[in-house]
Amino acid sequence: MKKTIITVVGEDTVGIIARVCSYLADSNINILDISQTIIDGYFNMMMIVDANRSVKSMEELVSDLKALGEEIGVMIRCQHEDIFNKMHRI
Amino acid sequence: MINLFEVSETNQMIEHENLDVRTITMGISLLDCMDSDLGRLCAKIYDKITACARDLVKTGRDIEVEYGIPIVNKRISVTPIALVGSAACGSPSDYVELAKTLDRAAEAVGVNFIGGYSALVSKGMTAAEERLIRSIPRALASTERVCSSVNIGSTKTGLNMDAVRLMGDMVKATAEATKERDSLGCAKLVVFCNAPDDNPFMAGAFHGVTEADTVIHVGVSGPGVVKHALSQVRGENFEVLCETVKKTAFKVTRVGQLVAQEASARLGVPFGIVDLSLAPTPAVGDSVAEILEEMGLESVGAPGTTAALALLNDQVKKGGVMASSYVGGLSGAFIPVSEDQGMIDAVRRGSLNIEKLEAMTCVCSVGLDMIAIPGDTSASTIAGIIADEGAIGMINQKTTAVRVIPVIGKKVGDTAQFGGLLGYAPIMPVSSYSCEAFVNRGGRIPAPIHSFKN
Repeated sequence: MKKTIITVVGEDTVGIIARVCSYLADSNINILDISQTIIDGYFNMMMIVDANRSVKSMEELVSDLKALGEEIGVMIRCQHEDIFNKMHRI
Repeated sequence: MINLFEVSETNQMIEHENLDVRTITMGISLLDCMDSDLGRLCAKIYDKITACARDLVKTGRDIEVEYGIPIVNKRISVTPIALVGSAACGSPSDYVELAKTLDRAAEAVGVNFIGGYSALVSKGMTAAEERLIRSIPRALASTERVCSSVNIGSTKTGLNMDAVRLMGDMVKATAEATKERDSLGCAKLVVFCNAPDDNPFMAGAFHGVTEADTVIHVGVSGPGVVKHALSQVRGENFEVLCETVKKTAFKVTRVGQLVAQEASARLGVPFGIVDLSLAPTPAVGDSVAEILEEMGLESVGAPGTTAALALLNDQVKKGGVMASSYVGGLSGAFIPVSEDQGMIDAVRRGSLNIEKLEAMTCVCSVGLDMIAIPGDTSASTIAGIIADEGAIGMINQKTTAVRVIPVIGKKVGDTAQFGGLLGYAPIMPVSSYSCEAFVNRGGRIPAPIHSFKN
């Protein structure tokens, strides 16, 4: 199964997870795992999602989430998991 | 499973340390386009390139979006044109028509450079190869995207000193032909010894005759990533230093391997090699010079520079080799002057000169690269510089190259502006003593004794 990694980095504020999750739900994307931490007041979140049945193309996902991030004031990236697997796993 | 720390490390490299894939280069064989009629040859070349590379730029863009990794350039290399045009081109002007055809094809598919306007004359020149070489100044002056290279020697064949002498003239003539743009044509002309068949990097890329019909090569980069990693181990011993470079090179190369495999699968073209080079850009923090300075040199060019570069080059290879199934091309650290802000600064503050750069080329992956020299430098002096670099490559069984730009109308202290990835360069002084009687002797320098291995 092809997995996608969504990362959110930025100043902590109310409703970041809620906004991202409702976008994902609307796009028919299933969340498999969430990890989150606050480092020096900065919000760091990583989601592993299954976007195989998404109603959005990868290109739309990337640009929609980027725009959503700009709205909230955080940086949201959406990448295929293989870039991380390749770099960190032999 | 991948964790948050690893994900942030990768994204930190991309966002803050200029990690990118420098180029996806599609090699295209033009041998099956050969024809004795120039018009038909041009048409076949145009059709083949535009058919094979139709989806190259779009595929690169798709991979970029999906993995979130910038892929800076999409490029094409072709069979050395001296061969392809040998039956049709009775004069240098005929070859210029082929250059224009390549330029149009490159524009049509949206790539910024196409390499392979080349001749391989390491032992001798055919009449056709000499015609191509003599056409280079006009070809580069009348095209935007075409890159040219000439291989004048190898460890197996020795140095073709007739070609060396001729290339001195051609570099000078190319500078003259493009003098309105700070002799930019010379930035697209490389003179090689031991040129590899599968180099994805411009301006020296060509698609060797030993290659398959079409193939995908990928060139990685990442000087900023290595520099950042080394800043975390300041003061540690050489073991720690070397291990850090190696591990970082591994990670950077894995990204190249991924992109190469993806591009190859999506385009339906075999994967050739990953070139694990540290290729700098003029952007701040994307500099090989800064890595050497991070190792403990006050400024590049200081004593210790050659050792630092040797160490860097070797560890990059050791880390990268395991990260990719096929490694090739130039693979190592590039030390261009105009494309590396740290090198430019070192030249400006007087710590780096051509003689030290020449020593550095004994241990780097290529040679004297993107060096601006005074416009009144004689053709025989340029030939002497080419002969020196060729000799280093021939004796040390490595690739060396010369890409110098005699900037017409400018002298030491002036600056040449090339723009974009090619950057800008302060004009560097060249020895004023003559080598004319030496380079004018003609003939060949024989292959070195250690090339006889059979």
